[in-house]
Amino acid sequence: MQTTFPRLLLAHAAARPGAPALREKEFGIWQTLSWRALADLVEAIAGGLAGAGLRRGQHLVVIGENRPRLYASMLAAQALGAIPVPLYQDAVAAEFVLPIANAEVSFAVVEDQEQVDKLLEVRGQCPALTRIWFDDARGLRHYDEPGLAPLDALVEAGRAYAASHPGFFAAEIEIGQPDDVAAMFYTSGTTGKAKGVVHSHDTLIDRAHAGARFDKLTSEDEVLAYLPPAWIGQNIFSYAQWLVCGYVVNCPESADTVMLDLREIGPTYYFAPPRVFESLLTSVMIRMEDAARPKRWLFERCMALARRVGPARMDGRALGLLDRLAWAIGNLLVYAPLRNTLGFSRVRVAYTAGEAIGPDLFIFYRSIGINLKQLYGSTETAVFVCLQPDHEVKNDTVGVPIEGVEIKVTEAGEVLVRSPGLLKEYYKDPAATAEVLGADGWYRTGDAGFLDASGHLKIIDRAKDVGRIVGGANDGALFAPKYVENKLKFFPYIKEAVAFGDQREKVCAFVNIDIEAVGNWAEKRALPYGSYADLAQKPQVLELVRECVEKVNADLAADEKLAGSQISRFLVLHKELDADDGELTRTRKVRRGFIAERYRLLVDALYAGKTEQHVETEVRFEDGRTGKIAATLKIVDVRTFPAVGRAA
Amino acid sequence: MAGRAAGDVILDVRNISLRFGGVKALTDITFDVREHEIRAIIGPNGAGKSSMLNCINGVYQPQEGSIHLRGRAFRHMNPRQVAEMGVARTFQNLALFKGMSVLDNIMTGRNLKMRTNILQQALRWGAAEREETAHRKVVEGIIDFLEIQAYRKTPVGKMPYGLQKRVDLGRALAMEPQVLLLDEPMAGMNVEEKQDMSRFILDVNDEFGTTIVLIEHDMGVVMDLSDRVVVLDYGRKIGDGSPEEVRANPDVISAYLGTVH
Repeated sequence: MQTTFPRLLLAHAAARPGAPALREKEFGIWQTLSWRALADLVEAIAGGLAGAGLRRGQHLVVIGENRPRLYASMLAAQALGAIPVPLYQDAVAAEFVLPIANAEVSFAVVEDQEQVDKLLEVRGQCPALTRIWFDDARGLRHYDEPGLAPLDALVEAGRAYAASHPGFFAAEIEIGQPDDVAAMFYTSGTTGKAKGVVHSHDTLIDRAHAGARFDKLTSEDEVLAYLPPAWIGQNIFSYAQWLVCGYVVNCPESADTVMLDLREIGPTYYFAPPRVFESLLTSVMIRMEDAARPKRWLFERCMALARRVGPARMDGRALGLLDRLAWAIGNLLVYAPLRNTLGFSRVRVAYTAGEAIGPDLFIFYRSIGINLKQLYGSTETAVFVCLQPDHEVKNDTVGVPIEGVEIKVTEAGEVLVRSPGLLKEYYKDPAATAEVLGADGWYRTGDAGFLDASGHLKIIDRAKDVGRIVGGANDGALFAPKYVENKLKFFPYIKEAVAFGDQREKVCAFVNIDIEAVGNWAEKRALPYGSYADLAQKPQVLELVRECVEKVNADLAADEKLAGSQISRFLVLHKELDADDGELTRTRKVRRGFIAERYRLLVDALYAGKTEQHVETEVRFEDGRTGKIAATLKIVDVRTFPAVGRAA
Repeated sequence: MAGRAAGDVILDVRNISLRFGGVKALTDITFDVREHEIRAIIGPNGAGKSSMLNCINGVYQPQEGSIHLRGRAFRHMNPRQVAEMGVARTFQNLALFKGMSVLDNIMTGRNLKMRTNILQQALRWGAAEREETAHRKVVEGIIDFLEIQAYRKTPVGKMPYGLQKRVDLGRALAMEPQVLLLDEPMAGMNVEEKQDMSRFILDVNDEFGTTIVLIEHDMGVVMDLSDRVVVLDYGRKIGDGSPEEVRANPDVISAYLGTVH
């Protein structure tokens, strides 16, 4: 199995020269590039890069959407033993400085004018960057910057180079070894600055193989490449596994046409973060609301059946004859057309990951017959650590460790991973490498979690955020604030939640209602309200939220480790948590510590057993002015349940 | 503007006067348009800008004066004949086929270039099929150029206004014109749409070398885009020159700001 990406390319080109390798929609038609044609293109680009002075071990920056010639450029760099470094195409220019300077990059292949402009902007800070090639010449005709040239020119120079250096391409590929560095991925770095994660051919190919075997991927599969190439997941799904399996990667026409292209291609293997699935579902629901009454009736009836029967069907459990018949009719009338509209007609395996996915959302897709599963991994682990096997899918776990992976949970609850896919190092940062990668080969994920009774990994929070309950009935119990908050947020009525409990005897929470969902709910019940603060304190609304919290508690009680995290008391905040007030980050994550400090009065009231608390809060409006909101907030007690898991 | 070098006179408007009964819409207007330049016609409401464009376009027949395209005078030509000479236009209030897709709308711009007859086209056989493929290729190039791939099959009536304007431009481009007349291409647009449209106008001028005559109200846009500007007021020419010259012209200032004459 020891090989490199360029060797895989040559193998495909030799074994199945005419088979399609890449497709790209251009001028309204899907244009196909065969493996043979791709290998020729890669050879030409490699020749051009070699002629321009790209040497073994140097870095080549690649920036752009998923474009066949950018993929070919990465392969060309690898053929020469150089290291492609894909960067996020939507990053601002300043974010390119660190990677380019850090990796001493001299060469870049980019998609278009936008990327060229950004690189030229930071050129002063990256003096080593001497050559830039662009794929799409639109708007670049009058640029006469030194070292800037179209990719066409590089290809042409490369063909001449190949003609005068016969055999150089095969020879260079022969020199490359499986444990050479294959690629470097800069992690977005939510904490601290971006770090370059170094992977060898070995690690990426091993994980690509493991994933492919797990889901029985073949050369017959089709994927749509629409996520940023700089993200390792995209690299695994559309590059590593593409070369390992030899399936077809399809590049959309433009970012705006992805949904149309998805329908046209009908991929068999698909990945999307939860937000993509969510927006797809929303668009379906909005269109259903506008549909004629008989259609809506049919849809609702069929979806009710799907919710009842669909998940069991996907889990491979036996169904009664009647249910099977009913599902087949539903499939004919609703599920199959719906899958077709969504572009999922041919999906055999679909994955989601990255953030928690709501149970309703997850079950919706599975109930209409889409094999949606979850996986767990990160840039450092070359993605595949845990995957959910077909028929063993749960909403709140991320699957079982796949072949080659060992998992260990530390005393503090942190998940450690040992796998052939672990990073080689953080580029030029031995201190950071040592911090996460022990001499014994265990990688610290920074995630808190545990393996449940059936051997599935369950991730509950970032390890640093996990706390302990101290004193009271649940003394010493694990407290995972994000896990609890996510469970609350899965209810449409709850927009944000903040849970407290670390070093305290019980868990209390702040809740933000979703003004649209709750407003709608109130409207249907002819419940008048004046403002957000007014609606939030209506007894009926508090009762509605209490029911949600109680359901979360019932759910938590069934959990073997987190039964102690049940919420005892809560209050509904009088204002929406807002990034402008510093309560949320710009990516809408709650800043728990800041909120606890700002609303100390409310937190104290929750724990002091008060039934209401008056509060005045300063708010910042969008135009920068500030104002004050005053309200008296009622505090609600919630029923908690005895732990089911622990008793068993 | 480095890439654009204005060439010889391509369109020459000489002493045009246009009357509707007793109303003088245009009086003795003379100006020229050089190859590859962007020429703006500005003026307050009712100044005669659209009438001027309609004269060039062949919709109106001026009573006096003549218009020369590449030295060839055309009087008494209908819009179709003008179009065949390589003059295309867009409309102030969009004259698109609302129920047809973007693709079909732009395809109509190829109408003058189609050589097969209606029977062949109905059967879509032989030459007709080859011809359609060739035209489709040109149209797809325009769709790519204007970045409206996501709307290819969308009925135009369902699209936002700013994008409809882009389709209108696309249809005019499908004629592969030598001179492109744009009647208020930014009217009713928000700032972002205006920026997009400005970029497309510059790109058309740059990539295809098309000569552009444009009417526009937004002075900022006019000053940024155009090489030379003609100013009309009450059907008379009151200024002509580079944006800087026009801006400094006292007649223009008073026409726009309404100072006492």
